[in-house]
Amino acid sequence: MSLSNASRVSRSPLQNASHTKWYSVALVAPALAAIVFLFAVPLIRSVVTAFIDADGGWTLENISRAVEFYGRDVVFTIVIAVLSLAVIAAISIAIAGYLTLGSTPWAVAALRWLYRWPLFIPFIVAGQTARSFLARNGLMNSMLMEAGLLEPVAAQSFLDWRGLVMTFAWKQVPFVTLLLAGAMASLDRATIESARNLGANRLRCLFEIVLPQVRPTLFVGLILSLVTIMSVLSVPMMIIAGTPNMMTTMMAHRVTYYGDYAVANALGLFSYLLTALVAWFYLRSTLEKEAGK
Amino acid sequence: MRALFPRLGVAVLIGLVAFAVFGPLINLVIWAFAEQWFFPNRLPSQWGFMFWERVFRPRAGAWEALGNSVGIALATVVFSMALAIPAGYALARLVLPFRHLIMLVFLLPQAFPSLPIFVNIAAMFYGLGLNGTYFGVILVHSLPGLVYAVWIATAAFAATDIAMEEAARNLGASPLRTFRDITLPQAAPGLMAASIFVFLDSIDEFTGTFFVGTPDITTLPILMFNAAMGGNYQIAAITALILLIPSVGFMLIIERFLKSDVLARIGR
Repeated sequence: MSLSNASRVSRSPLQNASHTKWYSVALVAPALAAIVFLFAVPLIRSVVTAFIDADGGWTLENISRAVEFYGRDVVFTIVIAVLSLAVIAAISIAIAGYLTLGSTPWAVAALRWLYRWPLFIPFIVAGQTARSFLARNGLMNSMLMEAGLLEPVAAQSFLDWRGLVMTFAWKQVPFVTLLLAGAMASLDRATIESARNLGANRLRCLFEIVLPQVRPTLFVGLILSLVTIMSVLSVPMMIIAGTPNMMTTMMAHRVTYYGDYAVANALGLFSYLLTALVAWFYLRSTLEKEAGK
Repeated sequence: MRALFPRLGVAVLIGLVAFAVFGPLINLVIWAFAEQWFFPNRLPSQWGFMFWERVFRPRAGAWEALGNSVGIALATVVFSMALAIPAGYALARLVLPFRHLIMLVFLLPQAFPSLPIFVNIAAMFYGLGLNGTYFGVILVHSLPGLVYAVWIATAAFAATDIAMEEAARNLGASPLRTFRDITLPQAAPGLMAASIFVFLDSIDEFTGTFFVGTPDITTLPILMFNAAMGGNYQIAAITALILLIPSVGFMLIIERFLKSDVLARIGR
């Protein structure tokens, strides 16, 4: 199929400007159809199912049951997401800032090589590494004990909300840092240098000159991280046993144990709303800024 | 003396970052070779390959899961690229009505939490008899795959040189030949990078397989998850290490394929 399409493609774009439309549409159509079937239809189905009762009538019953059964999990999800994003933002700004403004060449090179690694590691593997690293007998506690910072009796497992935040941050910090460091590298060096020459220290330089210019990139990275946090099933399932847990786990639980798609989809609706709300705040603030110019 | 303390501070900080990044991975490697490890021992009391032998024993399922994972990933690459190459060419080079809207549609799956989507795909597939089939799993892996493939392929075709294509046509080359001999080789590194992304995404995919494939189809991530939830840390660690090989390996070579001129065109 791709061959016959290919032959149509190469009737050069410039020569047949008037005829381009139908076959260019034909070339996109299969991919578009696949996205409609695999994304748009399930998306619409998930929203509609959330409002339909067992007899096929419209209802808000599923929503209220989702709140009743899983209200705590929804709040837990929001708290985890906010905490994770805060940690991700803080560490990413610190690393990207050091990569841009750092004055020790070997440290900058080492950091640049180090920070990317978790990006390449699948979430499911990250979940397992966290399970062993953050456990009571994990390497983190061992090293703390070795350093004399922790008494063996006081050793505790971090496999709760803290482990969840740490794992999300471990996976997403490289992603946001990559975007942020890229944006910082393309900034005008002259402004930074002149501020430095005028005596601004590096921290001030970062927060007053560099960061305001890369804020849009930071927010895009954080929104994409939020979508990821709201999508990952393996990590919360592996790190936290019992409740409250992330909404993803609860949706999976509702479907696999009860076959209850209606309540699961009502929960799914909350996760769309949460990400949409954050994206809307971001869009509104950028639009306001554009209008203010 | 004044310079020594900040320098020491920097070294300590870099050391801490290294520990935060590699500590969890080192812990994973230790578990893969630990035959006996009980709290409060800081290291295993017995080391060995015992669990490796157990994982790769003919009927333990690891070989089957590995074969499933690689086969599904390759099929996902073929399916996604077969759709993405024509679409990417049209989006990059031809006049398309609603081009920006179409680009947006190919981005939207990344902007929504995917779990409810996978749950509903599974419900739809149930009605179509696709649950628990290889084709069903390949389709569900193609959703994230297509998004990467279309975006990178569009950027790759946008970076090719139109003048060379026109020259070939003027010299009498057929449209098919022009595409095959002029356009495709120029876009090949970008298309290769797209294929690698799709392959890796499929190899690591858990959620879609969990809803559509299990219990009939076991991929490596599903095998790892089952071992981990069953409390079998050694087998989970060994499977996790196998999963790391393609990710780290491909990522080390991907920078060669994904050139900056292509990267700069992603999203345009």
